[in-house]
Amino acid sequence: MADDGREESLGTDDDSDQTGADGSLNNTMVEEGSTLMRRMEICIAEAEKRSGKNAVSMQETFTVYLIETRPMDAVAEGHNPAPDCLWRRYSEFELLRNYLIVTYPYIVVPPLPEKRAEFVWHKLSADNMDPDFVERRRVGLENFLLRVASHPVLCNDKILCYFLTERVADRLYGVFKVHGNYGRVFSEWSAIEKEMGDGLQSAGHHMDAYAASIDDILEEEEHYADQLKEYLFYAEALRAVCRKHELTQFELEMASQDLISKKQQREELATGIVRTFSFKGMTNKLFGQEAPEQREARLKLLEDLIAEGEETVKEKTIERAEHVEKAWVDIQRFKEQKDKDLREALINYAVMQISMCKKGIQVWSNAKECFLKM
Amino acid sequence: MSGHTVPADFSEHMLDLDEDEDLEVFTKNTSLPDGSPLPNSPSSMVNQYRLEDDDEGKEDANTKDIFVTVDHPESQVTAIETFILYRVVTRTTRSDFDSSEYEVRRRYQDFVWLRSKLEEKHPTLIVHPLPEKFVMKGMVERFNDDFIETRRRALHRFLNKISEHPILSYSQHFQVFLTAQDLAPHRKQGPGFLSRMGETVRAVANSVRGLRSRPEEFAVMQEYVDDFSNKMCCMDKVSQRIVKEQREYVDDLKQYSPTYARWGELEEELTEPLKGVASCVVQCSKEAEEHIQHLSEVLVPALHEYVLCAETLKAVMRRRDNIQAEFEAKNEALLTRKAEQEALQEEVDVLADRMEQANNSLKGDWVRWQHSMKTDLRSAFISAAEKNVEYYEKCLAVWESFLVSQRAEASGGQEDVA
Repeated sequence: MADDGREESLGTDDDSDQTGADGSLNNTMVEEGSTLMRRMEICIAEAEKRSGKNAVSMQETFTVYLIETRPMDAVAEGHNPAPDCLWRRYSEFELLRNYLIVTYPYIVVPPLPEKRAEFVWHKLSADNMDPDFVERRRVGLENFLLRVASHPVLCNDKILCYFLTERVADRLYGVFKVHGNYGRVFSEWSAIEKEMGDGLQSAGHHMDAYAASIDDILEEEEHYADQLKEYLFYAEALRAVCRKHELTQFELEMASQDLISKKQQREELATGIVRTFSFKGMTNKLFGQEAPEQREARLKLLEDLIAEGEETVKEKTIERAEHVEKAWVDIQRFKEQKDKDLREALINYAVMQISMCKKGIQVWSNAKECFLKM
Repeated sequence: MSGHTVPADFSEHMLDLDEDEDLEVFTKNTSLPDGSPLPNSPSSMVNQYRLEDDDEGKEDANTKDIFVTVDHPESQVTAIETFILYRVVTRTTRSDFDSSEYEVRRRYQDFVWLRSKLEEKHPTLIVHPLPEKFVMKGMVERFNDDFIETRRRALHRFLNKISEHPILSYSQHFQVFLTAQDLAPHRKQGPGFLSRMGETVRAVANSVRGLRSRPEEFAVMQEYVDDFSNKMCCMDKVSQRIVKEQREYVDDLKQYSPTYARWGELEEELTEPLKGVASCVVQCSKEAEEHIQHLSEVLVPALHEYVLCAETLKAVMRRRDNIQAEFEAKNEALLTRKAEQEALQEEVDVLADRMEQANNSLKGDWVRWQHSMKTDLRSAFISAAEKNVEYYEKCLAVWESFLVSQRAEASGGQEDVA
């Protein structure tokens, strides 16, 4: 993997900026020391089938992959801390890749494995759930992550880090899961108590339920996060449209400049008056003017070029106007869509929080009842 | 001398106490302000205590005749050291107190002295533990406000536990602690270092010899104590971990809301709902912080206290074992050495009495302690559960009002809001 990373870096333009003081290319693949690959151990350990509601509330079955990350220094020191894990599905990888492509347009972004099982040679039908396909995909996705992580530029991307080790939801996860320990200790403790035993035991069950409830909550939060993420990536698409506009504007301006300068040349030729300093003017003065035929020829050429130039300017002007018009219309449409979608997403987020609060109230009220009976 | 039968529950018999001044308490004829007789024996008081099972607070107020508070920590600076003095206020109707109100200043060392005296006097009674001398974890500075407040609360609990104990609350040392303006002269008295050394040496010798056999009920007790100690340590760790996780969660939340707010500034249509969400997150994180505060002030200290109690129990069990070992050793000597029979017999009798007393004290106090433990922990758990419910209820209200505001707006414009 490390070697592949090096090969890849050699291929990208970005590296030429990082040749470093001594001009050696070694500085760029900078010690894979600095790439994510060195700092973190990444792997896709497992794949699992899940079914759930998708964005349009339809039931669907899909595969999720378990991303495990572990800080490299801990591994090097011989500790073996439990890895951070989270589950992601293929579409999330796609979102990530699209984001990378748009954000780093000059970088050759590693590819993803195929989306559909189009060609499973020894099976009759193409099934995304096919275990062989899933396994091949798992390897392909792992490869993708490893390549991205060993890329000197891509590895530092914040969104990539978030993709690998999602944070806020994890904190809440920790809070809930530790309550599961209460469940275990309560249960053990109840064994040695006479009067308190029953109360502790049943309270313990509620603690277990509380700890388990975070899984559902997180799944819902993931839907919400996905909706936000989509618009995050849209931001890049918007930027692309703006860049295109800038480009057409630039082209128009260049064409206009060109036209103006040509017209100026024509004027100079025609009138013999030199408005600005030029070497031609100097040589003319020094060595005499050119012959009338030559002048005619040059004038004719200029006229042609000017005509061309005017056409170009007209085209570019139209192009720009069209772009502006169409882009503007679509941006408006996009804005409306975005406002509607995000507003709905925010409302769903609130609904989700409310549901979580209600569950919390229930569990702890039940626990309180158990304690009261102790 | 030893005409007592071994009672299963000492509450039916008067305790044979060593020092005369304590006996005085039991023979005085006294009564409460409202005319009902003051309970004048530990046994009747224990019975009374048991009756208070269900309505703790109310009955306590009626039968409790001594109220102690610890407050107003103040820093004292001398040439040699700096320490904290706590104000100890006592209000009592007991007649063996000259006055009904006392106010004294005590430092941590004074509490340590009191407790060691109580344990010395009553080796097999369960004397509530003091807060720890140092807190190693987290390197808390001795004079950090939180540390002082936590300690003050624990000291307050300590004195209250003593004052609620049917035997310990009548200890002479306890009275001196509560009333003497200057404790120094009293602290100089008593067995002191050498005798403690002696006790330790004996204890070591005994542990080497080993007990012949522990009576069944104490074997059961020992097992319970070991298990209980493990469970309490786990509970303590789990609770502290929960507090830590919640703190980190709140820190993350706090980063969330400014992000929403800033995003809101960049939008037009979405500004209002985004700002709404930002404000909800802010409010919820405030609630979460309050929740953490409550946990740290109620549940965590309660559990930690019982971790310390478990250690106390272990020490009590050890001391009881020592007393039994000493008796057994002397008894053996009596059986093997034919000379000095009479002298040895006397010593053996004394030790036998002592052992019986120790066992009875422990048995009686055990019941009381278990009851007290259940009450304390139950109330801490209930409080924690209630606070959790409260936290979720408040967050629920926050989000619901946001939802209402959004739907009200939406019903004006869009049609397909979830």
